Amino acid sequence: MLNFIWAFMILLGVIYAACTGRMSEVTNGALDSAGEAISLCITMAGVMALWMGLMEIAKEAGLIEKLTKAITPFLNFMFPRIPKGHKAREYIATNIIANVLGLGWACTPAGLKAMEALAELEKERGKPGQIASNEMCTFLILNISSLQLIPVNMIAYRSQYGSANPAGIIAPAIFATLCSTIAAIVYCKIKDGGHR
Amino acid sequence: MEALTHLSDIIIPILIFYVVGYGMVSGVKVYETFLKGAKDGLRVVVDILPTLIGLMMAVGVLRASGFFELLGTLLQPLTNVLRVPSQIIPLLIVKMFSSSAATGLVLDIFKNMGPDSYVGMITSLLMSCTETIFYTMSVYFLAAKVTKTRYTLTGALLSTLVGTVMSILLAANIVK
Repeated sequence: MLNFIWAFMILLGVIYAACTGRMSEVTNGALDSAGEAISLCITMAGVMALWMGLMEIAKEAGLIEKLTKAITPFLNFMFPRIPKGHKAREYIATNIIANVLGLGWACTPAGLKAMEALAELEKERGKPGQIASNEMCTFLILNISSLQLIPVNMIAYRSQYGSANPAGIIAPAIFATLCSTIAAIVYCKIKDGGHR
Repeated sequence: MEALTHLSDIIIPILIFYVVGYGMVSGVKVYETFLKGAKDGLRVVVDILPTLIGLMMAVGVLRASGFFELLGTLLQPLTNVLRVPSQIIPLLIVKMFSSSAATGLVLDIFKNMGPDSYVGMITSLLMSCTETIFYTMSVYFLAAKVTKTRYTLTGALLSTLVGTVMSILLAANIVK
């Protein structure tokens, strides 16, 4: 996907510049942007190191494990038909908490494991095949609705480009995320009501 | 809005206090652990550096070619009806496919309009409350070997739509 988008942007840019006679601007644009990426990363390095350092403490202190357990009622509500003790539950919980805390590196592996476990669950139910189960749909819609509470990356980008209050978006972002997630939950519950 | 701004100010200090305090009480060597995590964080940044260079370069080329002005003019009728700034539409579309490509556009918006402008604020919120639809679906469903995705896409689009509308409404209230 990205191969296509990336190539498309560059080819389109150069062709359009050739048509409008802005080739020298494109030369500068390409070189400046590459340099800018480096200075952006320096700002990001600070924010990311701070965040990941804190999260490492949270992990060592057992806070993350505690959070993962704490969302069991939520899992029971969203995924009532996954049997208790099924490993899909554990992976889903890990994925959700990693999402909430913005631990991108931990989301995807747990998410993929969760999908595999859900596929096995379908087999156990005697419905193997290439059709998504209700649980898979719910899990993915939740993931796409974004669960992240503190948008660490956005804060870093904002501070790099001179925002007066980079962290000022936290509360409105939480509010917007809540709305999109609630919409996702309601939609999934309605759809899940009609069993497959 | 005042309350929301105030909440934003206190969340990070409270979080830091709580995590470090909880760590100490639990007998974790907090400082050493922090350093270990910070090192991992730096590694994450180094890992995404090439991606950022590639994407910012691509967006830089597009911007310099004047293509965004053309796109803005072409989208004018649509953005007038929807009452959203023209920069938001390409961002929304790209974001559905790739969040890192969207990041390139975000940085371009921040650079040219400023992160605290109306457009900048919509962008900040939009990126915080939605995820990449097609990328997530393709990677996750591939892991489960699923090809029929049923109602996932409509649900994902619905929640993205709600997030987008909320971002625009909130941004309009924050940036007067």
